[in-house]
Amino acid sequence: MVLEFEKPLLELERRVEALRARVEAGNASPRALKRLEKRLEHQRRKVFSKLSRWQRVQLARHMDRPHSLDYLRGMLEEFVELHGDRMGHEDAAVVAGLGRLSGVPLVVLAHEKGRSLSQRRERNFGMPHPEGNRKALRMIQLARRFSRPILSLVDTPGAYPGVGAEARGQASAIAANLLAWAEADVPTVAVIIGEGGSGGALALAMADRVLMMEHAVYSVISPEGCAAILWRNGEKRQEAAEALRLSARDALELGLIDEVVEEPAGGAHRDPSKAVEAVRDACIRHLRDLLPLAPDDLRQKRYEKYRAMGVFGIEGGR
Amino acid sequence: MSLLHRKRASTGSGEEGLWVECPFCAELSFRGELERRLWVCPRCDYHFPISVDQRLRWTVDEGTFEELFSEIVSVDPLRFKDERRYEERLREARRRTPYREALVCGLARISGREVVLCVQDFSFLGGSMGSAVGEKVARAGEEALRSRVPLVLFAASGGARMQEGLLSLMQMAKTSVVLARLKEEGVPYVSVLTDPTTGGVAASFAMQGDVILAEPRARIGFAGPRVIEKTVGEKLPEGFQRAEYLLEHGLIDRIVRREEMKEVLDRILGLLMDPVREEGGDAEGGRS
Repeated sequence: MVLEFEKPLLELERRVEALRARVEAGNASPRALKRLEKRLEHQRRKVFSKLSRWQRVQLARHMDRPHSLDYLRGMLEEFVELHGDRMGHEDAAVVAGLGRLSGVPLVVLAHEKGRSLSQRRERNFGMPHPEGNRKALRMIQLARRFSRPILSLVDTPGAYPGVGAEARGQASAIAANLLAWAEADVPTVAVIIGEGGSGGALALAMADRVLMMEHAVYSVISPEGCAAILWRNGEKRQEAAEALRLSARDALELGLIDEVVEEPAGGAHRDPSKAVEAVRDACIRHLRDLLPLAPDDLRQKRYEKYRAMGVFGIEGGR
Repeated sequence: MSLLHRKRASTGSGEEGLWVECPFCAELSFRGELERRLWVCPRCDYHFPISVDQRLRWTVDEGTFEELFSEIVSVDPLRFKDERRYEERLREARRRTPYREALVCGLARISGREVVLCVQDFSFLGGSMGSAVGEKVARAGEEALRSRVPLVLFAASGGARMQEGLLSLMQMAKTSVVLARLKEEGVPYVSVLTDPTTGGVAASFAMQGDVILAEPRARIGFAGPRVIEKTVGEKLPEGFQRAEYLLEHGLIDRIVRREEMKEVLDRILGLLMDPVREEGGDAEGGRS
């Protein structure tokens, strides 16, 4: 899959490769190659330095972008997946289990979108039913019981909006997870690696440290949904994306996340192993900060962190 | 998410004609008659959205409500503009309602029992939760914690306030850290879901009550019905997302009619908070 704004860059890349081949064969000058490479670098920086927010949404949803399982495979020395909500269901949109990161044993939660069509269907495109959220809840409780830190990777369009999901308590399931995060007295790190879609994302993201990949997005509603409601026209998604300020940089400026993890040139999908390494390094760094803290300190700090979020005015008497 | 553009249903706070159509069964009722019936449809028992003042009048002891945190108001941190500016929408909402936010809180008594009370106002931008609403719920929770007085909250909201972007999503987290403390300290929190309670409000404090009550026929859910219809591509089942449907599915504790709400709240709070000892026996004799 190639996005519209990636096309000129990819074409330039192909030209660079062709020229390189000719240089190696002695049919072109190395200086010309250098010039063209510089041109590519410049062009790439130009495109990526002024990505619109809608373009970032497209990058965040890019089909070739590394998904949670790619990160877990690359980041963890060990991973034992655990299944089920213990109430009759298994939801493959949420992957969970026990893992080891840089020697630290921890509990892992993640949304997984799947890659092939059949995988994506099986994983419901990363949209958890209440059961997926309850699986996550069970894992948060497991982490507490055994004093394991929690690592959570967030990548979901949102919690699934369906008849069954409502009947089985989607809202309750999310609300329960938020309470569980508030009560968890273990170090917790969440990374928004792609799409952070609304309540479904927050249900796996109320951590001590919340990081976002450079081209990830985090939003109260999808730009399409927002456009349909406020503009009464789903086509206004670009305007909605701008107005919602859903980029990683925006979230950092609003003080709602703790760090933006730089992506490889051209986005995580252009060099997945480098992206995985960047996330791994950042998670280890934040875990190191958190590991020495006492359980009560962790809870108190998390309380203060979330309690302080919001921008409001104070006015005199009516 | 709140549906700010949807035409407002007639409510107890509305100022439209003398006859009011029930949005549930389309029965026409005389406005004065509905007011006498606490804005409950005589045909289908639908409980209309009502104003904060009506809610207070029919729920708490007369003259006991003392408003708290009224100084907290919404601002426009993102300078959000769709077809209109958020600032403008806020100004207009404030002109139309006697309170300054989509949620009002204060101290009150219910049959003599002190409570911290929050009432959401659907007529104020669809009862949507932005930073100010989140802050008021958080402070109300902290007040309940400090004075060890139960928290009672009447929810009525389309969800998070989109015009505050991610800040509004984070209000779900903010209110949750406070309500988690109430649970830990054993200070009761009763939430009452009224029509409608959806989106980020349903997925946070509305569904975090120790006891969750709902008014008859109230729409309660995570996703809006139109979003679901689009996703599943079919008509929704009869009564879907209504209070009765949630009760059947084990998602709420009880459906309580408006005229009985005060009495039921009093009884529940008493049963949760009265000292554990047998009646008539002296203090030592009873179990404690």
